Amino acid sequence: MDIVGNVLPQVLKDEATEDKGEMARLQSFVGAIAVADLVKTTLGPKGMDKILKPTGPGQEMTHITVTNDGATILKSMYVENPAAKILIEISKTQDEEVGDGTTTVAVLAGELLREGEKLIQKRIHPQHVIAGWRIARDVALKRLRDISTENDINSQEFHDDLVKIARTTLSSKLITSDRNYFADLCVKAVLRLKGSSNLDYIQIIKLPGGTIRDSYLDDGFILKKQITIGCKRRIENAKILVANTAMDYDKIKIYGTKVKVNSMDKVAEIEAAEKEKMKHKVDKILKYQPTVFVNRQLIYNYPEQLLADSGITVIEHADFEGMERVAAATGAEILSTFDAPERSQQVLGHCDLIEEIMIGEEKMIKFTGCKKNEACTIVLRGASTHILDEVDRSIHDALCVLITTVKNKRVVWGGGNSEMQMAAACEEEAKKVQGKQAFAIEAFARALRQIPTIICDNGGYDSAELIQNFKVELQKGNNTCGLNMTDGTIGNMSELGVKECLRVKEQALMAASEAAELIMRVDNIVKCAPRKRERA
Amino acid sequence: MSLAFDDYGRPYIILRDQGQKKRMKGLEAYKSNILAAKAIANTLQSSLGPKGMDKMLVSPDGDVSVTNDGATIVEKMEIQHPTAKLLVELSQSQDAEIGDGTTGVVVLAGKLLEQALTLLDKGIHPLKISDGFDRACDVAIKHLEQIAEEIDIQANDHEALIQAACTALGSKVVSKRKRELGKIAVTAVLDVADLTRKDVNLDLIKIQTKTGGSVEDTRLISGILIDKDMSHPQMQKEVTDAKICLLTCPFEPPKPKTKHNINISNAEDYNKLYQQEQQYFIDMVKLVKNSGANIALCQWGFDDEANHLLLQNNLPAVRWVSGTDVELIAMATGARIIPRFQEITPEKLGKAGSIKEVQFGTSNERMLVIENCQCTKAVTILIRGGSQMIVDEAKRSIHDAICVIRNLIKDNRIVYGGGSAELACALQVLQYADEVSSVEQYAVRSFADALEGIPSCLADNCGLNPITSVAQAKSRQLSEKNPRIGIDCMDLGTTDMKEQRIYETLSSKKQQIQLATQVVKMILKIDDVIAPDDY
Repeated sequence: MDIVGNVLPQVLKDEATEDKGEMARLQSFVGAIAVADLVKTTLGPKGMDKILKPTGPGQEMTHITVTNDGATILKSMYVENPAAKILIEISKTQDEEVGDGTTTVAVLAGELLREGEKLIQKRIHPQHVIAGWRIARDVALKRLRDISTENDINSQEFHDDLVKIARTTLSSKLITSDRNYFADLCVKAVLRLKGSSNLDYIQIIKLPGGTIRDSYLDDGFILKKQITIGCKRRIENAKILVANTAMDYDKIKIYGTKVKVNSMDKVAEIEAAEKEKMKHKVDKILKYQPTVFVNRQLIYNYPEQLLADSGITVIEHADFEGMERVAAATGAEILSTFDAPERSQQVLGHCDLIEEIMIGEEKMIKFTGCKKNEACTIVLRGASTHILDEVDRSIHDALCVLITTVKNKRVVWGGGNSEMQMAAACEEEAKKVQGKQAFAIEAFARALRQIPTIICDNGGYDSAELIQNFKVELQKGNNTCGLNMTDGTIGNMSELGVKECLRVKEQALMAASEAAELIMRVDNIVKCAPRKRERA
Repeated sequence: MSLAFDDYGRPYIILRDQGQKKRMKGLEAYKSNILAAKAIANTLQSSLGPKGMDKMLVSPDGDVSVTNDGATIVEKMEIQHPTAKLLVELSQSQDAEIGDGTTGVVVLAGKLLEQALTLLDKGIHPLKISDGFDRACDVAIKHLEQIAEEIDIQANDHEALIQAACTALGSKVVSKRKRELGKIAVTAVLDVADLTRKDVNLDLIKIQTKTGGSVEDTRLISGILIDKDMSHPQMQKEVTDAKICLLTCPFEPPKPKTKHNINISNAEDYNKLYQQEQQYFIDMVKLVKNSGANIALCQWGFDDEANHLLLQNNLPAVRWVSGTDVELIAMATGARIIPRFQEITPEKLGKAGSIKEVQFGTSNERMLVIENCQCTKAVTILIRGGSQMIVDEAKRSIHDAICVIRNLIKDNRIVYGGGSAELACALQVLQYADEVSSVEQYAVRSFADALEGIPSCLADNCGLNPITSVAQAKSRQLSEKNPRIGIDCMDLGTTDMKEQRIYETLSSKKQQIQLATQVVKMILKIDDVIAPDDY
């Protein structure tokens, strides 16, 4: 009803809703905080995992996922609340950009909004809150950058840092008991990339069976394929030709071609021609003088036999990624035409030894002593596919963080140290700022401090006491102190060797504050009528 | 629905399916229309100004967008009321014509309608109201032109342009970085602007978004960024002194459009055809190579064999480049788009300083950057941000800023923002009202009141007392004869908008007032609404 008493005409479509002011804000806060609360128990080395069960018909119960990874949890959740969707979105972006800290970013944004809600209840205008947050973010970011350290990329210290970072990342995952082992493994894998950030070159093979401890990084490169029957199973000093070409039958690609014959003789002729053509192709391949032939597509018996007869080991049906990895590892060029045998030296890949190996129950092909040592393989073993999947995700996180660190080089202390330092910086700043914004800056500090608090709580420690002691330690100028989550005390992070990548923290801080700001600015939520779906 | 009856009491059926239609007439129709339109304006009102809030919009498919841009809000609200839809179009036409001020125009229309409602209650005929509004509008526009100032856009490293861009960006979520983003927008526009013709081809500015990083990481690339990578993983990732061959034909055997069959009836034919096919690929690559090109960009796909031949011939290539990108590259590098391999000649190649592949994040996404193009400078603004919603909003904001800068280059007259221009016009209109001797006088006066609604709305959004601050500004404008006094939204301690350097383009302000008046006049002319009953 309008003030004058007129009935307001319906402006939006049926079923569309419009929430204004307090109602809209309440909706955002509730949604965002709910999402943050959901994932916050997974935070830290003592965080718990979640089981994700798919809904809907057709899917079986066996498809469940057990995970500790924030992005995986959030991605698979179906939420209606728009603010919650924003949080999920930033978690996804965090995953794509740096690969780790996906829980942290959602929790931080949620905590910021929780603090924001309190400020709004105190009748502080959202714009003031945002203004304060912006100041706080800059201060926090500056402090974060100031406390970060950088080591030369080739030094032993840098290598140690990488191991420590990997260990920190892995400590919150399922494989925490074996984190030293895996940290080492990840660092070795990443260092093989020599600064390139192409994760495709690190292949992860998951094989159920054995224990997690049985996982290993293979020096060589493993292709999850089999050598065709009738070929040698072990080739030393292999010259590898990697191809992407049709070896079943070569159809003519000219449009509209049709074979139409009117006698059996002609059919035979055509067949012969076809065979001849294939033989020709094989001959051309032979001119390159390879000892191993890897093709992406399948190879029919005839060419296979021809190749095998010439003593060439044939590997067929290597998928696209596998092929690219073989090419990268052995320094081969991926061929599709075979008319330049004089380039043989250039296009063939080399490796010292190719052999068929057995891992668990499966046969695989292993390439050792490759020309270019970029690609490598991590073989994961474990008691069940669920464990393997989770280990895979953890390793992926660690690899991403390591690659980011190799690029960015700067590191900070872990164990909540960076968050507490940032919070301290914000509180100092709050004392200098005039106006209501100061409340928001303090709120920002509180939200930052929530991260170590939650980590403590998840570990079952007395967070209030620990965090206060933590504050005091920092105040004393002990800049390397942090949470010791094994004893539940404040420990020295440099002794414990807990380090984290600056870029991950930076991205989490930026993304979380941007998202919180975005949600805070909203004073009106318009939901359109849901699209009608035809039910079959 | 009112009906006519014949002598026997049977109703005359005038409209088809008359019983199922709803009809509103006269005052009822006016009021219903005005209220519907006002509902939209009320929604947008809180988004106005630097302290305006955002709206969260959930699409029918559940996608979320958060925005401050008037045109986007009304578009995504999916409004069904016919009169309210007029306001949607109003906002969109402002967007199409000017690109900025899309919220302001709707709010102004809302204020005008509010005034019209009270006038209607007084019993003034709608046409008189619309006449009065029309006359007042003319006066306001004339006054705007008088108080407009020409600024030197070149001076002080294009400071004025940056300020104008900042004003446009000030109300958005990216306002924290408005200075940096403003500079990016100004540089981008100046790079592609034709200052002698005072024309800017906005097609040359490509806005590419990529989630990740934060808004601070947004940067200007003096070249073209395309979301593609090299067709073969082993091709070289960087080409310097690129000679670009821009193709719109696939590296595949030709497919004539005429329906045909090639019948192979014997082995000889089969072999011949095979040879022919192989020859096609060799010829294609040779033609490209012979022209001197060292990179091929193609709108279509490659056959595996052709792809490898390109690699073998050391010719990096990109496939599936989108049509718009092809045109943009053609404009920037001076390349001619070549539809047939036979027509490749060295003159048709485009030139660029370098082309290289860059990678983002951990997800292995790559993009190609083409820099130092030979002809016009095409630029790309790469927007980064923590989430898709931020990136989208930043894109809309930068688009607004770019439009403002373009308008200033076209016409360098500005008025001052912060509601000062509206206030000045209101005062002028008020003065004029006393000279009008007919009924329209009331309408003219109401027009002035509506104009004052804008600064009062601004003040309201900033948490100031709207009545006091508008009254203060008004009296100072009158006593100091200074049309630049407005509302101090940012709490900077001065109400002189020249000191605060809040610039708005004259064309945008003029357009706002004219468009709003037109739509209001249109709404006021509707006295009968016939619609299906279930509407």
